[in-house]
Amino acid sequence: MPDSTVSEGTRKAIAEQALADVPREPGAAKPDPILVVDGVKRSFGGLVAVDVKHVEIQRGAITALVGPNGAGKTTFFNLLTGFDSPDSGSWIFDGRDLAGMSAYRVARLGMIRTFQLTKALSKMTVIENMRLGAKGQTGERMFQSLFGFLWRSQENAITAKAEELLTRFKLIDKQADFAGSLSGGQRKLLEMARALMTDPELVMLDEPMAGVNPALTQSLLEHIKGLREEGMTVLFVEHDMDVVRDISDWVIVMAQGAVIAEGPPDEVMRDPAVITAYLGGHHDKALTDTGMSFTEEANDA
Amino acid sequence: MHRRIVAVMGAMFIALMAIVALAAPASAEGQALGGRLENRVEGVKTPVPGVEITVVGSGFEETVTSDEDGVWRVELPALGNYDVSINVDTLPEGVGLTEEDKVTLEQVAVQPPLFGGLKTVIFPLGQSVTIQSSIWEQTAQLTISGIQFGLLIALGALGLSIIYGTTGLVNFAHGEIITFGALATWTLNAGFGLPFILAAIGGLLLSAAFGWLNNAALWRPLRRRGTGLIAMMIVSIGLALFLRNFYQFFVGAEKKSYADYAGLAGIRIGPISITPTDIAIIITAIVALTITVLVLSKTRLGKATRAVSDNPSLAAGAGINVERVITFVWVIGAALAGLGGTLLGFTQQVSFQMGFQILLLVFAAVTLGGLGTISGAIFGSLVVGLFIQLTTLIIPTELKNVGALLVLIVILLVRPYGLLGRRERVG
Amino acid sequence: MESIDWSYILAVMVTSAFGLQAIVFGLAAIGINIQFGYTGLLNFGQAAFMAVGGYSVAVVVVTFGWSFWVGVPIGILAAIILALILGIPTLRLRADYLAIVTIAAAEIVRLILRSVTFKEIFGGSDGRQAFADSFFEMSPFSEDAAISIGPAVINDRQLWTYTVGWSLVALALLITWLLVRSPWGRVVKGIREDEDAVRSLGKNVYAYKMQALVLGGVFGALAGFITAVGAQNVNPDVFKTDATFFAYAILILGGAARVFGPLLGTVIFWALFQGTDVFLREGIDAGLPIISLMDGTQAAVLRVMLVGLGIMLLMIYRPQGILGDRKELALDAR
Repeated sequence: MPDSTVSEGTRKAIAEQALADVPREPGAAKPDPILVVDGVKRSFGGLVAVDVKHVEIQRGAITALVGPNGAGKTTFFNLLTGFDSPDSGSWIFDGRDLAGMSAYRVARLGMIRTFQLTKALSKMTVIENMRLGAKGQTGERMFQSLFGFLWRSQENAITAKAEELLTRFKLIDKQADFAGSLSGGQRKLLEMARALMTDPELVMLDEPMAGVNPALTQSLLEHIKGLREEGMTVLFVEHDMDVVRDISDWVIVMAQGAVIAEGPPDEVMRDPAVITAYLGGHHDKALTDTGMSFTEEANDA
Repeated sequence: MHRRIVAVMGAMFIALMAIVALAAPASAEGQALGGRLENRVEGVKTPVPGVEITVVGSGFEETVTSDEDGVWRVELPALGNYDVSINVDTLPEGVGLTEEDKVTLEQVAVQPPLFGGLKTVIFPLGQSVTIQSSIWEQTAQLTISGIQFGLLIALGALGLSIIYGTTGLVNFAHGEIITFGALATWTLNAGFGLPFILAAIGGLLLSAAFGWLNNAALWRPLRRRGTGLIAMMIVSIGLALFLRNFYQFFVGAEKKSYADYAGLAGIRIGPISITPTDIAIIITAIVALTITVLVLSKTRLGKATRAVSDNPSLAAGAGINVERVITFVWVIGAALAGLGGTLLGFTQQVSFQMGFQILLLVFAAVTLGGLGTISGAIFGSLVVGLFIQLTTLIIPTELKNVGALLVLIVILLVRPYGLLGRRERVG
Repeated sequence: MESIDWSYILAVMVTSAFGLQAIVFGLAAIGINIQFGYTGLLNFGQAAFMAVGGYSVAVVVVTFGWSFWVGVPIGILAAIILALILGIPTLRLRADYLAIVTIAAAEIVRLILRSVTFKEIFGGSDGRQAFADSFFEMSPFSEDAAISIGPAVINDRQLWTYTVGWSLVALALLITWLLVRSPWGRVVKGIREDEDAVRSLGKNVYAYKMQALVLGGVFGALAGFITAVGAQNVNPDVFKTDATFFAYAILILGGAARVFGPLLGTVIFWALFQGTDVFLREGIDAGLPIISLMDGTQAAVLRVMLVGLGIMLLMIYRPQGILGDRKELALDAR
């Protein structure tokens, strides 16, 4: 269980310190890894989508997973969380081997993911979406569900927790509205809030900023930092390097299915291999100096 | 413009059905059962006199003897169903039924339309050989009938598959298009007296038009509204229910036969016995399928169809007129299905639910071969047809469909995208 | 030329609205509501579950000589087993594949029940009769008890059947209501809209779908029980695929994903269905224009045509039915 007794702001420092001495190489070992991935491969037809030899995710840190389109980031997410099965490989989460485990069991162990195309359930209300997220509900079992008194008090506790999270995410006024009536950005927030109902240890966000109106971006970033403060580990896929530089403690760069670089944001962006992967040239300039970011336009390679 | 065409075609269709129903005269002139007994040996026909035929039904019974031309006739008191039996003991030496167990024809329906007030009944006679069929002969016979059945299923399956491939619709009313072809042909042939070949061509054209109508009047408007695929599937179920009963309303519940080419004797080719009609059916089906496959692979429209089937938005982006392709697919698919129904009318007889009865087998074939593929549909159909016929060597005939349906379920378990289909996420 | 007896037609409509078919199809539709309305499972084999229920009580008595009351739990158990057999391979498939497989399974069941091969157990195409005596022995109604509604009379056996039948309907509705307002219902509604979302929250989607399939199938078996005792006869043609389609029509009419949808649907459907039949027959006898061109068989067929047309129109113009809410409808999903 994530430990939220440490005061705010210090978790960032702890993460930075832990990562200070880690070698800036793909597959570098971390002092306290929550997730260790070994030899995960996935091919479609003849095409190799993912080929990650070794990667470790530091517990309690915010790690960004970046790379050009087609690098295999979402496929990698799907493999780790059980939504797809690899051709080979193993990955250990908190000491548990997850290979072959189905998606729902991975989620129950505390590894929660969100989706690129957000999956807020539009035909349900916001509060119902939230209640759905809670784990271990007695009322979800078929026989028990028939007898209200068996789950009523648990439902009240769940509702209280949901309202608290909705308030934090500034969605509380919309709690009785159908999720379908929310804007794109609000639905992303809802999906994140809902994920928190499961008390996860590792939160995997697939492009949390995509399609979000810039005004909401700052608030989303604060929420992600807030996850770290509560002791959770965050792994997120992102294209916007400014965002990445702003909040991540560590960056992992993927290209053509493999991990090609790792390191703190500033150092990674200067790595020639990374720049080549994105631009195919301009070795002498740091990536942000060229005014470019990891968007579709930059991807000629 | 379109709406007027649709209305006109709809009206024509209803008019056609109504004429058939109303053209049937009431039982004013009297009715009879009769036939001509001929012994066919190697293409030579000789009349068989002196054979007793008994007709029983509705409290009525009469026995007559065939005359020197082999002709016999029994006048009936009323319309209805009668059992007609041949007394095999009265057959001359060396002459026997080509199908030994068809001594009695049960429940022959004597209903309008009757030509000259006579309902013709056939007892095919040939050289009396005790057909001691070995397992080898039976297998060969069943293989041929399996191939024939498979080809007929393929005519329905191909249409279903490309309609699914291009529009995503699982058309539960496809069986009714098959039935439509058979009924159209039968109406033109037995109702209007056209020779069978002409009637069949007419049936083919009418089926194509029916397919066009389906798309123009129903499916395209629904697609435009953005109706979901599940909703459309349920609509197709409602349509199937409607059409099936619509047919029954106008043509009644009894099975019907075409006026020509009935009851021809079989020719022996090696271990098998096959009628000229069966041969013609097989050849027609093969020709139709070959033409279709060629059209789909060689012509521009055909290639466009395959492009749309693979990826509609990509095809549209490449400048292909997707709606035109879909219209083409419906016309071709319905024409093939209608042809399948027409030919099926020989082996299964024409009835309002004939298409519905084989719909599940068509689904089995398409699923086996891979929903949306062309070669898969044909391959799957042949497998299903052969499987159904050959399993009768082991399991009782009445349960032969069970085997095919079980195979369908097993395939979906193991390889839901079919044996030849593409591996897309089906779950 | 006679005139139409409207009071007779009305009496038939009322008795049909609350009669045997309304009960049977109400139960079947409640089952489909759980599977399709709330969970999004396209089970087109409900007729097979009804057959299993009906044949269980008949076969247990006639073929094996046991008590009718043993047949009831056997029927429920058989329905559960059938649901498991159907569910294990197919619940991982897309909705349209599930539809095809369930129709195929129902057809397999019907062919086996009808076959000469198994005639000793199931009675072939004649089916089974005269098995319900122990059911009627429990009836509190005396033999001369009867109710008349207009010219229609309901005898004591029917009174008992209807009492039991409507009690089962009430029970099924209660269970539905309790389930859908509970967290279980919430999970299942989530699955209907987007399985992966629900999976990503740690719920075992496969298990929920199986539970819905089983429960809906058991309700189908209950419908089969009532069919059996109501007609005191089971034969394979009573449980054709058309029965499943009628149940879907009823559900959509009343409103899918609404607790009382099936109830409203079945009452209205049967009132209209039988009312139309009687109206047409009266019309033929009375020599009404156009209508009298038909004969009795055609009138019966016309009714079913109207059901097919009704399904189409409902799905196109009002898929939420009478009680449903368009916003909640997940029917637009691919």
